[in-house]
Amino acid sequence: MSSPGHTDAGAIGVETLHMTMRFGAFTALDDVSIRIDPGTFHALLGENGAGKSTLVKCMMGFYAATSGEMLVDGHEARVPDPKAAHALGLGMVYQHFTLVPSLTAAENLVISRENVPGIIDWSKERAALDAFMARMPFQVPMDQPVRALAAGEKQKLEILKQLYLGRRFLILDEPTSVLTPDEADEVLGHVRQLCEAGEISVLMITHKFREVTAYADDVSVLRRGKLVGGGKVSDLSHSDMAALMMGDAKLAEPAPRSGTRGGPVLSMSGIKAHDRSGLKDIAIDTLQVHAGEIVGIAGISGNGQMEFMEILTGQRPCRSGEISVKDAPYAATRADARKSSVRYLPEEPLQNACAPKMSVAENISFRTFDMNGTGTRFWLSGREMRQRASDLIAAFKVKTTSLDSPIQALSGGNVQRAVLARELTGDVDLLIISNPCFGLDFSAVSEIRARIIAARNKGAAVLLMSEDLDEIMELADRILVMSEGAIAFETSVEAADIAQIGQYMGGHN
Amino acid sequence: MNELGIWTIPIAVLGGAIRVSTPFLFVSLGEVLTERSGRINLGLEGTLVIGAMVGYAAAYLTGSAWLGVLAAALAGSIFGLIHGLICSMPRVNDIAIGIAMMILGTGLAFYFGKNYVQPVAPDLPAIPFGWWSNIPQLQAALNVNVLFLIGAVAAFAMWWMFKSTRVGLVIRVVGDSTDAARAMGLRPNVIRTFATMAGGAFAGIGGAYLSLFYPGSWNEGISSGQGLMAVALVIFARWNPVACFGAALLFGGAGALGPSLQSAGFSQGYHLFFAAPYILTLGVLIATSSTTRALTGAPGELSITK
Repeated sequence: MSSPGHTDAGAIGVETLHMTMRFGAFTALDDVSIRIDPGTFHALLGENGAGKSTLVKCMMGFYAATSGEMLVDGHEARVPDPKAAHALGLGMVYQHFTLVPSLTAAENLVISRENVPGIIDWSKERAALDAFMARMPFQVPMDQPVRALAAGEKQKLEILKQLYLGRRFLILDEPTSVLTPDEADEVLGHVRQLCEAGEISVLMITHKFREVTAYADDVSVLRRGKLVGGGKVSDLSHSDMAALMMGDAKLAEPAPRSGTRGGPVLSMSGIKAHDRSGLKDIAIDTLQVHAGEIVGIAGISGNGQMEFMEILTGQRPCRSGEISVKDAPYAATRADARKSSVRYLPEEPLQNACAPKMSVAENISFRTFDMNGTGTRFWLSGREMRQRASDLIAAFKVKTTSLDSPIQALSGGNVQRAVLARELTGDVDLLIISNPCFGLDFSAVSEIRARIIAARNKGAAVLLMSEDLDEIMELADRILVMSEGAIAFETSVEAADIAQIGQYMGGHN
Repeated sequence: MNELGIWTIPIAVLGGAIRVSTPFLFVSLGEVLTERSGRINLGLEGTLVIGAMVGYAAAYLTGSAWLGVLAAALAGSIFGLIHGLICSMPRVNDIAIGIAMMILGTGLAFYFGKNYVQPVAPDLPAIPFGWWSNIPQLQAALNVNVLFLIGAVAAFAMWWMFKSTRVGLVIRVVGDSTDAARAMGLRPNVIRTFATMAGGAFAGIGGAYLSLFYPGSWNEGISSGQGLMAVALVIFARWNPVACFGAALLFGGAGALGPSLQSAGFSQGYHLFFAAPYILTLGVLIATSSTTRALTGAPGELSITK
């Protein structure tokens, strides 16, 4: 075995017994006992906040469980910190990459070891790495900076790193959330092979049923901190799992809507621009958004949505192409946006739509502070700004301690409400939105979606970019799929077929 | 005009490249080391001046130019340590501290250096690589100072260090991702402080070269912004020590263009070429910039790239 640190190899089993974790009065984890046999692939299902992360953090020693214990390889194990977990052969692959972007894959592997020699003999290390890689069912280019690797390759490298470090029980935290469906299949297929070969046992956090049925042996389902069910995957159907996971919640359906579609508001043609890396193109041949409709742009993050948004907000120059709003050329200047009544709701509104340290009242006034009726003004009126802000805060239910507190002191949902209050007030002919509900709680999500539908029903043209397909299905009248910087597919919501959309999202047609 | 005619210019540029480049090289190597760990030290201009002053004073007092270099390195590392420690505190901006350290360094050097403007300190030795030629200009151009050779070796050694030693990889990890470094159990602030300290020592040695070899005396205008230009040079060299060596030669050669035109007998317009290094700095930064792309090769934790 070329993996350093451990001479004994092979998968180990892990079992939690009556694991409970309380944060103050809140019980995040309530008497959870699950058992992962050596060499098996175990899926941990649950909604956001069901306690999946808390459970694995207790197992890895990030949290000390309030009560309960853990058996590793049949023996009782104390895990006061992650180091102790590593020493037992437990490793975790996080949702976000922990690789160092500018180092090559080989450098990343070697430096992650505990006992790196002072001078690294690369010919010896490479020989050891090659021998290690020869035993692995999948390969990653070793000499490129990790920055240049695709997401799927990075995820494979994260898993390889754990094996290289001699870990024999792996926790994967939503490992496919940043991957295309094809990449996900490839990575999970390899993980499954490693389990079957008896190299590792795996506990995977997920909320994708398809991955559970295709790859896992066993499943445990958590809801509100409790283990509500589980067993052999072969004994459970998707609807069984959904019933366990959701309790009695309903899946998204198109929201009720009214009004008729009007003429085109936003027209784009022949758009070409560089993407963030400068190596690939963003190319939008034609796109029209009509009054009174919501056009949803679906796609996996990193396929050009962010650049597309930047083109529309004037942050990214186009090499060619035309953008017009209501038949007038549109250059995304403040004057243009005001004349054509274009409003924006970018993702991460605190960074992209607010001045974080300025007050709530000032942030709400960004569109109007220099307006005096229809003309402009030089001297600002603090009284009018505050009056207007306090009206809007009441109307949009923004929770803030005062008008003068900095907007960064507000919670995510309230920042989003404040930005919505600013952007949806007055005439709105075109509304451009990106991931409006990312990271918000359930009540904020439904309220914000209702406001978007209301704007549409009043006749606004809405362009909605979202990584959440459920959100698109619920809100959009027409769905476009963006892949590799271009619009790959178009369908109306009535005719939409999830499997087909998924294929186009993954770049296959 | 002398008998060499137009050839005076390339010979003088070559000599200038070797002679003038050394302080650029040392300061930029120090800055590469600091920036690869994720900090920017704009104070190296001040460190260069304090190194020149301390080096000159120590060489004069001890009678040994090499002890002067050692003292300059020590003074530089103390400045680096102060910068590193202050920047380890929460919510401190490294660029602002750098500017403060630059002003402090030049101020202290002028204050303590008043008494050393007159005395003559011993020079650093040079190796006459031009012995085979009987052209005095070429002999002068190839009179290579030992520090230049040490700097050249240091550039390649640092390149090797970043690639093949634990210390080098650790510095790169810390400079590229604080989170990844913490996950590995490294302490980013400690590593950055040491890197800044070592970077300061490099800049101090660069200063000693100024006062102990070329121009070879201590006065208050000795640096004329070379420390700041060296920081720009690091961006030009894409944080690669070997590229720093090449860039330093280029800047040194550009700096020698004006004086060589003058000595070749041009009586008009040569003044413009005195500005060559400054124009080159501006030109390089404009040419390598982009409005839409982040700098390639820039360490991820650098405050200018965030």
